[in-house]
Amino acid sequence: MSTGEPDAIVVDGLVKRFGAFVAVDHVSFAVAPGEIMGFLGPNGAGKSTIIRILCGLFAPTEGHVRVSGIDVATDPEGVRARIGYMSQKFSLYRDLTVLENLTFFAGIYGVRRRARAERIGYAVEMAGLGGREGQRVATLSGGWQQRLALGCAILHRPRILFLDEPTSGVEPMARRRFWDLIHALAEDGVSVLVSTHYMDEAEYCDRVALINHGRLVAVDTPGALKRAGGGRPLFVIEPADLGAALAALAGAAGIASASVYGGTLHVAAADPHYDAADLAALFAERGVEPGRIEPTAPSLEDVFVDLVASDTRTGGRAA
Amino acid sequence: MRAKRLLAIARKEVLQIVRDPRSLMIALLMPFLQMFLLGYGISLDLKHVPVCVFDRERSQTSEDLVARFEASAYFAVTRRLSQYAELTDAIDRRACVLALVIPPDFSERLAADGTAPVQAILDATDTNTATIAYGYAANVLARYSAEIGETERARQGETASLFVPVEVDSRVWFNEDLESRNFIIPGLVAVILALVGAQLTALTIAREWERGTMELLISTPVTATELMVGKLAPYLVLGWAVSVLCLLLAVFWFAVPFRGTIGTIFVTTTLFLLVVIGIGYLVSALIRDQLGASQVALIATILPANLLSGYIFPIDQMPAAVQAITYLVYTRYYVEIVKAVFLKGSGLAALALPVVFLAVYAAAVLALAALAFRKRLR
Repeated sequence: MSTGEPDAIVVDGLVKRFGAFVAVDHVSFAVAPGEIMGFLGPNGAGKSTIIRILCGLFAPTEGHVRVSGIDVATDPEGVRARIGYMSQKFSLYRDLTVLENLTFFAGIYGVRRRARAERIGYAVEMAGLGGREGQRVATLSGGWQQRLALGCAILHRPRILFLDEPTSGVEPMARRRFWDLIHALAEDGVSVLVSTHYMDEAEYCDRVALINHGRLVAVDTPGALKRAGGGRPLFVIEPADLGAALAALAGAAGIASASVYGGTLHVAAADPHYDAADLAALFAERGVEPGRIEPTAPSLEDVFVDLVASDTRTGGRAA
Repeated sequence: MRAKRLLAIARKEVLQIVRDPRSLMIALLMPFLQMFLLGYGISLDLKHVPVCVFDRERSQTSEDLVARFEASAYFAVTRRLSQYAELTDAIDRRACVLALVIPPDFSERLAADGTAPVQAILDATDTNTATIAYGYAANVLARYSAEIGETERARQGETASLFVPVEVDSRVWFNEDLESRNFIIPGLVAVILALVGAQLTALTIAREWERGTMELLISTPVTATELMVGKLAPYLVLGWAVSVLCLLLAVFWFAVPFRGTIGTIFVTTTLFLLVVIGIGYLVSALIRDQLGASQVALIATILPANLLSGYIFPIDQMPAAVQAITYLVYTRYYVEIVKAVFLKGSGLAALALPVVFLAVYAAAVLALAALAFRKRLR
C-alpha cells in the first residue's frame, strides 16, 4: 500500500520498561498512509503499551516514535491533535446520550462550529446510529458502543487511527460491520493501527505485526506470512490414536511442532525439504498408524503459533 | 486555553451532575442537615446551671441570697438539701453543677463582722462549664455583698456618695447579647463549605480514571488547565448555591445579625470556594481512585476546619506552635472573615489581610492542581 508519501507512523528502536519489566523490546516498524496495520499477539505481549506510547499516553524509555512526522516524546500535543484513539476499555460517557458524547468530543477536538453538525451527522450515519441520538450510551449494545467510539474518534478527521482491540466482546456480525468501516476509512487515506486477538481479523489487514513478549516477531502481509510459514513444511494427519501419534512425534528428529486441531494433527517439520514420505517413514519406524498424511498451506494461526513458539523458545534471539 | 474545549468540558460536567440527582441531593442536603445539627447542638452559653442549696441557717438573710441565684438566668436552684451527705451525693450524680453551702451563723457574722463566708462547691469534671459557672456565681455574690455594704452604710447614716466604689460600666460590642450562637453559626457556615466543597470535586478526576474515560480524554489535545477550569466552573456554581443556602439559614432561621454587605460576602466566599474545590481537585488528580480521594479530602478538611479554624476553639488561646500551624489552615481566614462580616459589618478594606491570604491560597492551590494533573498513564 506504499504510495511514496512519507510514512504516517515511524517507530524506531522503541523500548518501554516498567521498573525491571521490559514491556516493549526494541520494536521498529512503519505504517504508510492509508495502510491497515494489524497487531497480533497473546495477551500481555505489549500491543496496548505500544499503541499507548504512540498516542503519547506513556513516555518511551528508549527509541524514537514519529506520528504524522511529529516526535511523540517532544510534542505529544501535536500528535494528539492529529490522531484518533479507541482504548481497549470502552471509554465514552455512559451516562450521556449518543449526541452528547459526539458533541463533547467535537468540542474537545476543536471541530469548528460550522463543520460540527456535518461531522456529527457523518459519524452518526457511519456508525448506523440514526434515530438513536438521544439514547443513553449505557443502554446501547456492544456493537453500537464500539461504532460510536469510532465515530467519536474520527470527528476531527484524523489521518491516523489507533484502535486497541476495538472488536473484543462484540458479536460476529457487528465485528464484520466494524471492519467494513475501517476499510472505508483506509480507502480515504487514513492509516489504521489496530490490535486484535481474533485470527480471522488479521486477514483483513494490509500487513500484520506479530508481537510476543514485547518483541516484534514478524511484520508482513497475511499472504506472505502464510507463504513463508516460518519456512517450514506443514502436514495434516488424521491418526486413529491422537495420543500415540503425539507421543511418536515428541522429540523426533526433524519435527518442529505438532498441535491438535480437532481430530487432526498439524505437524510442522524443521527442515524445508522434509516431505510426506519422510513423515510416513517416521511413523512406520515408531509403529504408529498416522492415517491420512497431507501437506497443507499454513493458516495465519499456524504461522502465529509456530513463530510465537519458536520466539518464546529462543527468547527472541532467532527473531 | 481554548474556550471551545473549556466549554465542552463544563457542559459535559453539568450534564453529568444533573444526570446523577442522588449525588446532587446529597450535596445540597448535607449542608442543610449539618446547619441544623451543629447549629442547635453547639452552644457555649451557660443557662440554668443546676444549683443545689444547703442552707444551714434558713434565715431571711440567707434566703435573700438564695433568691439572687434563683433570679439569675444563669442558675436554676433545683434542690434544697438538709445534710452534707446529700450534697456529695447530688454532685456525684450530677444533679447539680454548683452546690452552695451557707453556714449556720451566716447572718450573725454578717451583722457582727460585716463579712461572712459562703462555700461554693463545683463539679469540675467539665472544667469549662465549672469555670464559667464559678464566674457567674462570683458575680452574683459580689453584687449581693455590694448591696449589703450599701444598706449597712446607709443604716449607719453615712452618705452613700462618699462610698461609691469604682464601677465598671461595661458595654459588649458586636454580639450584644453574648449569644454564642451568633459567632458559632457564621463559623459553622465556613466549616460546612470547607467539607462539602472539597468533597464535591474530590471525585471528579478520580471517577474518570476509574471508569476509563480519562484514558481517551488524555489522548486528545485538551490541556490540564482547560480540564481544570472546565471541570471546576460548574462546581463553583454549585458551591455558590450551597453557600447561599447556608447563609440564608444563618440569617433567617438562626437570626444571626448580618451587618456586612452582600458584595463582601460574595467576593470572600468565592475566594474560599476556589480554595476548597481546588483542594478537592488536587487530591483527585493525585490519587486517581474515588474512595481514596474522598477519604483524603475528608481528613484533610474536617480536622483542621473543626479544630484549628477558630470556629469554636479560639486561636489566640492555643499554644504558640499550634497557632503557627493555623496559618496554614485556609478555613481560619474565612471563619475570621465571615464572623467579621456578620457581626461587625466589616468591609473588604478592614479584612484585607485574611482576604489576601485567601487569594494567595486560591492561586497556589489552583496552580498546584493544574500541575498535579498529568496527561500520562501510570
